[in-house]
Amino acid sequence: MTTLTVNGNKHEVDVDPQTPLLYVLRDELALNGAKFGCGLGQCGACTVIIDGAAMNSCVIPVGTVKGRPVITLEGLGNNGRPGVLQQAFIDEQAAQCGYCIAGMIMRAQALLDQNPAPSDAEIRTHMEPNLCRCGTHVRIFRAIRRASETLTRERGARA
Amino acid sequence: MIALERLTPSRRTFLLGGGALIVSFSLPPRLAVTEQPADEELPGSLQRDPKLDSWIRIDERGGITVFTGKCELGQGIKTALTQVAAEELAVAPQSIHLVAADTGLTPNEGYTAGSHSMQDSGTAIRHAAAQARSLLIATAAVRLGVPRERLKAQDGAVVAHDGRRLGFGVLVKEKLLHVVADGRASLTDAAHYRVIGTRVQRVDIPAKVTGGPAFVHDLRLPGMLHARVVRPPSYHARLLHLDTTPIANMPGVRAVHRNGSYLAVIAEREYQAVAAMRALAAAASWNETPTLPEPDRIFEWLASQPAERVPVAGGSGDLAGGAKILEATYRRAYQMHGSIGPSCAVARFENGQLTVWTHSQGVFPLRAAIAQLVQLPPERVRCIQVDGSGCYGHNGADDAGADAALLAMALPGRPVRVQWMREQEHAWEPYGSGMITKVRASLGTEGRITGWDYSVRSCTHATRAGPAGSLLPAWLLAHPSTPPPPRPLPLPEGGGDRNAAPLYSIPNLRAAYEFVPAMPLRVSALRSLGAYMNVFSIESFMDELAQAARTDPVEFRLRHLEDPRARAVIKTAAERFGWSGYQRRQDHGRGFAFARYKNLAAYLALAAEAEVDRKSGHLRLKRVIAAVDCGEAVNPDGIENQIQGGVLQSASWTLHERVDFDRTRITSRDWNSYPILRFTEMPDEVQVYVVNQPGAPFLGTGEAAQGPTAAAIANAIADATGVRLRDIPLKLA
Repeated sequence: MTTLTVNGNKHEVDVDPQTPLLYVLRDELALNGAKFGCGLGQCGACTVIIDGAAMNSCVIPVGTVKGRPVITLEGLGNNGRPGVLQQAFIDEQAAQCGYCIAGMIMRAQALLDQNPAPSDAEIRTHMEPNLCRCGTHVRIFRAIRRASETLTRERGARA
Repeated sequence: MIALERLTPSRRTFLLGGGALIVSFSLPPRLAVTEQPADEELPGSLQRDPKLDSWIRIDERGGITVFTGKCELGQGIKTALTQVAAEELAVAPQSIHLVAADTGLTPNEGYTAGSHSMQDSGTAIRHAAAQARSLLIATAAVRLGVPRERLKAQDGAVVAHDGRRLGFGVLVKEKLLHVVADGRASLTDAAHYRVIGTRVQRVDIPAKVTGGPAFVHDLRLPGMLHARVVRPPSYHARLLHLDTTPIANMPGVRAVHRNGSYLAVIAEREYQAVAAMRALAAAASWNETPTLPEPDRIFEWLASQPAERVPVAGGSGDLAGGAKILEATYRRAYQMHGSIGPSCAVARFENGQLTVWTHSQGVFPLRAAIAQLVQLPPERVRCIQVDGSGCYGHNGADDAGADAALLAMALPGRPVRVQWMREQEHAWEPYGSGMITKVRASLGTEGRITGWDYSVRSCTHATRAGPAGSLLPAWLLAHPSTPPPPRPLPLPEGGGDRNAAPLYSIPNLRAAYEFVPAMPLRVSALRSLGAYMNVFSIESFMDELAQAARTDPVEFRLRHLEDPRARAVIKTAAERFGWSGYQRRQDHGRGFAFARYKNLAAYLALAAEAEVDRKSGHLRLKRVIAAVDCGEAVNPDGIENQIQGGVLQSASWTLHERVDFDRTRITSRDWNSYPILRFTEMPDEVQVYVVNQPGAPFLGTGEAAQGPTAAAIANAIADATGVRLRDIPLKLA
């Protein structure tokens, strides 16, 4: 048995510890967010946040995750109550086919968690590992910028 | 099971769960309805299916369901079609339930391809909805004893001038919509649009950004098993010896399926299937033969192949009238779709009925091909389209559907989900063919083109599902089916010769397509087919001619164009870019390009700025300003999204992409061996201006940017460096 904490919930899963985290999320926990793209850590469709860092779940054996908290796209919000970044993607209509978008959001979320006001260059560099084939980059970039502005404004309002 | 029912509106779930649709299904099942003869006078796809209630049904509670045979491919078609129906039915878009591409439920509209969805389905739905509105008003007129002219449709009811109203649900009884469409109902006047032309948000995006079940990959049917295929290492490899016993005993494995060289494994859990697939691949030995051309001499190979010559423009090609003659040859490497998510499908064979959930572009043609493959009558096969990863043409979707069908037939009663691995997608999808174009043209003393002689040569651009032999798994079986011999796609749309003739007014214009039937690499339709290369060639050469004529490239194009809509997009793009006031900077250049897609669809012009790093040779597309006229603009944001995406994808093709191979195998097997554009190369600005034509026919959008982007980049590089690059992918030596 492997214990996993995903989106704040504890799960006991009975799988080979060598199984990549991606398959556990999708098939054992029935979470759709993380996608299979390459299984090689090359495209980022499977990106989740582990211990605060964006990681390719397709190449991380579940046994190595242990107690470290995992956040998936579902952990940011849902259709009725989307999170700030999810809402920004809706507002900017930042998807075409949408298959890469879950990974894009998770990689961007990891950046905004650490730096809510990144520069344009920081966004580009941070997003470099994730591939989009429909050419939605410009809108994805704008959505991240929009979320950053929302977060900065909210912080200012709280301060 | 909520996920499944939301994604798969089966007849049963409609009848039991979807109360709003009960009345709809008092109609005869689709297959039992007598097919109406095609009526070429009818608008759009009403020609293919003229029954009004094939497109629109309204239940007795006023619930509206609209049916389309076209698929959501991420181009936003569901949203745009909903807008069209909502406009003509005078309801809010949110009150329409759209059902797309299901052989059990929707009209047959062939493939979702060629930027045809708005022309075909949008036009059909628009006229069907207008006729439905007209029928509802006529019925209300009788009931209320009020002349039709004093009634209007509003928010799901017909409303009289005195305030009395009858809901659509009350009016639809007695099969009001079970009639043949006539295409004669008056359409809503553009001056009164409420929904068409507005930026309605895409209906599919919320689920896609929150982890809802949004893709065929996300289907989870009760009792579903997971399959993986083991593909041969090369196109013509044949499976030799294989002992499957150890694999059959691996954890969770339910079956190892072998039929000739077709090899797959089915397991309880997905990763068990992956592990078993790897063990199977390691255990298998294959007989491989070097069947591919010498990769370094691929264009010599293409040039030397026997070809069928197809005339495209029948002028003389006489260049004698010019003072100056220019010529050039352009080449384009094989390129791939490279969807981010490998192809996937789910199938279930139960009670003699096969159901396939697929991200195919054409569920009806796929049904026919699969029925032949598994030897079932077509009415025993149902193909349901569910969103997939990016679709830019004929990718692996149909083949994965066939994989799932074959494996589900082997395990009746259990749904089987199969997804390809990355290397399988890269190595086995059908590519966009390598191409060569040659052009010679003469320039008169007044800076006008006096003659033009053009040829384009490529393998086929269409090997889509027809018979079973068009499906990859069928080639591998012990009793294989072979692909039908390829044919050139007919003009005016064409295949390799799509856009082979320039739209410019040029005397003595000759253009021809040299269609090469051989296809050592698997090829088929990739977004815009030959138009990408033909427009790249023509628009690069227009700049070469403009330079020879010492004329500004935008001015040179306008000099040869009469079509006012073509001129309008060119002027818009040039003005918005600031073409005439362009400030020259070190290592930067500007480029322009224009085309009317297929010479009969969307007009697109774009101006681009590129940056060149002379030390590293690195090329970057920096800024793009595009203007597009795709007729009536239903959703301007959707159009902008498609053009922005087309620009970036074309930039990726043009600057980076080439399928590599050796004499035996495809060697572009992942994203390291087939790099594509990434975030740091993203242009700083991509602006799209939609030149709307309210009331004009829909022209489609999806493929319009592919060719012009490539040429504008090459022209900008030439402007920056003085070096003319004619081989795609563009590389400074």
